[in-house]
Amino acid sequence: MSTVITVPEGTDHPYALSHLDSLESEAVHIFREVAGEFERPVILFSGGKDSILMLHLALKAFAPAPIPFSLLHVDTGHNFPEVLDHRDRTVEKHGLRLHVASVQDYIDNGTLRERPDGTRNPLQTVPLTEAIQHHRFDAVFGGGRRDEEKARAKERVFSLRDEFSQWDPRRQRPELWQLYNGRHAAGEHVRVFPISNWTELDVWQYIAREGIELPAIYFAHEREVFDRNGMWLTAGGWGGPKDHEDVQRRQVRYRTVGDMSCTGAVDSDATTLDAVITEIAASRLTERGATRADDKMSEAAMEDRKREGYF
Amino acid sequence: MTITTPEQLSATTLLRFATAGSVDDGKSTLVGRLLHDSKSVLTDQLEAVEHASRNRGQEAPDLALLTDGLRAEREQGITIDVAYRYFATPRRRFILADTPGHVQYTRNMVTGASTAELAVVLVDARNGVVEQTRRHAAVAALLRVPHVVLAVNKMDLVDYAEPVFAATAKEFTAYAGSLGVPEITAIPISALAGDNVVEPSAHMDWYGGPTVLEHLETVPVSHDLTECPARFPVQYVIRPQTAEHPDYRGYAGQIASGVLRVGESVTVLPSGRTSVVAGIDALGESVDVAWAPQSVTLRLQDDLDISRGDLIAPLADAPGTTQDVEATVCHVADRPLAVGQRVLLKHTTRTVKAIVREIPSRLTLEDLSQHPAPGELVANDIGRVVLRTAEPLALDAYAASRRTGSFLLIDPSDGTTLTAGMAGASFAAVDSRETENTSAEDAEWDF
Repeated sequence: MSTVITVPEGTDHPYALSHLDSLESEAVHIFREVAGEFERPVILFSGGKDSILMLHLALKAFAPAPIPFSLLHVDTGHNFPEVLDHRDRTVEKHGLRLHVASVQDYIDNGTLRERPDGTRNPLQTVPLTEAIQHHRFDAVFGGGRRDEEKARAKERVFSLRDEFSQWDPRRQRPELWQLYNGRHAAGEHVRVFPISNWTELDVWQYIAREGIELPAIYFAHEREVFDRNGMWLTAGGWGGPKDHEDVQRRQVRYRTVGDMSCTGAVDSDATTLDAVITEIAASRLTERGATRADDKMSEAAMEDRKREGYF
Repeated sequence: MTITTPEQLSATTLLRFATAGSVDDGKSTLVGRLLHDSKSVLTDQLEAVEHASRNRGQEAPDLALLTDGLRAEREQGITIDVAYRYFATPRRRFILADTPGHVQYTRNMVTGASTAELAVVLVDARNGVVEQTRRHAAVAALLRVPHVVLAVNKMDLVDYAEPVFAATAKEFTAYAGSLGVPEITAIPISALAGDNVVEPSAHMDWYGGPTVLEHLETVPVSHDLTECPARFPVQYVIRPQTAEHPDYRGYAGQIASGVLRVGESVTVLPSGRTSVVAGIDALGESVDVAWAPQSVTLRLQDDLDISRGDLIAPLADAPGTTQDVEATVCHVADRPLAVGQRVLLKHTTRTVKAIVREIPSRLTLEDLSQHPAPGELVANDIGRVVLRTAEPLALDAYAASRRTGSFLLIDPSDGTTLTAGMAGASFAAVDSRETENTSAEDAEWDF
């Protein structure tokens, strides 16, 4: 029995782990559990910082062997070109296999209809769930973090989805210790969130520590933007600006990267990782609260989308 | 406003803790106060809470809305499911499992406590130790949470009187101590007024101890994992078979406890084959020594038949293997667990078939009495179970290792997680099997 702890705390102890090492170790454990238990896992990969972080962790988890998963990107058709470019270079560099599900294809063939507000983020759900069914993926890694949003704070690390990809928060499996239960019936799949316990600051500190390369739009740069509902949106062919919206040239950067129609930039001078970390540490706004229009639609916007199969 | 100091950016240790308390004990207020006063609530989150509170006709922002993230929770004003919150101070980073207080969610409290190194149990100073407090202490003891904090809340409503606090602290310490809780710290607080949560109280000169946050910041994180014998459940075999690494064969896993060194003689269970650690790859870096809970890859001197589910342990200090498992369990599914039932047992990385041989007793959490041979366990029941497994398991006692002494029972028909298991003897006080006199139904428990 070893209940009374006599070991001194902190970094003095030879076997202390820093919080980043603890989080890294936990995430790697989760990747390996999935590799050990599932037939056809896939990593959702958008080229954004959370998916880049996940890929980095997966590379470490299986080194010196290649990652035993393929990648899936749901392309809204309104993605930032710099991010798509980074996505493709990353895939190429590591010799990975990338599947792309395209929202534009669904709109072109009439399966999905453009929304009046022009945002395509909610339209991702159908291409995502159909790609999962089509490729018969049984485990789908997502970069969702519990600190992002209050419904995500309730998310399990292994989250069972039915054949319609639906999430039922009241019927989640209790998740105890590090014993993840990935069993599922045919047609069902499990969404897996290896970086559940990371915060935005953890992500940035780890990216800095590991020297991970990111798309340039995460760092301050000059860009043509216009104000819509208090957010700086990038002007472009996706449907902005409208007549009454004035385009300005501003020094901005992105904290989160998604569909151009609903992802806002923040004013920033942070051109380096250190400057970004300092800026985030001092920010009084959350990542999603500052720059994501889709979460502002209602008090339960994220929960509602997740129930339908969104990440 | 800048709230993060350079020290905060370099804070190194991580404390996982859980909160437990009844609805009216002010748990949400305490959590809200901790987050708010440690400046961990950001402007847009607070605005969202203020907005939602106003829409409901409430005058003051309801801090419970910070953690109650589901529609159903906000509709009913209760916490249904565990929510995880993250915050940091200059001294430490925290992962808080905010668990529901209702007894019908005992399983969620068990979930939150399973990974916690510390539990905060809240009581209302006016009521002192009540049944629900005893249940929380029992769950913390059962799950072997190393540190328990008793937060005696609402001290403002008892005139900040020391005797009220002292009596409650004494009663709780005696009770929790008898259950085997190793370390108990009692703190008088008012979550509403902010006394002794983050800031020291101006109303309780007689109290010389730490505030809740100070205690959370300074309590030793359990490196005791490294003082236990080494345990390495094999998760995955890494065999690149590439031109660059034609002969590489590594066993990937997370060290569950203890320390492993290159050159150490090890045995592989359940086969019992032996070898020597030839190399340790710590996520790309070759090292001589690694410890729990690091995720590493081991290379052995001999080419043995080793696969996922095997356990590597020091030759000198290996666990025994068994097909007969005795355990205390918490039943977490809505469908019952019955004698004779066939289940799957997941222990570390190994999943085997098992059968429920016996359910010797069910525990009544209020008075810790044992109800003999209940025949089945239903949701939220805690009981003793005897299982027979199809293959041998290298199982430690949960008392020795939360990681290699814990397991899940799974329904083979659809994968439902049925039961959380803790191998070996139960906690200290529960040896005698007393007969339960009253058949207290869950619905009658006060919460």
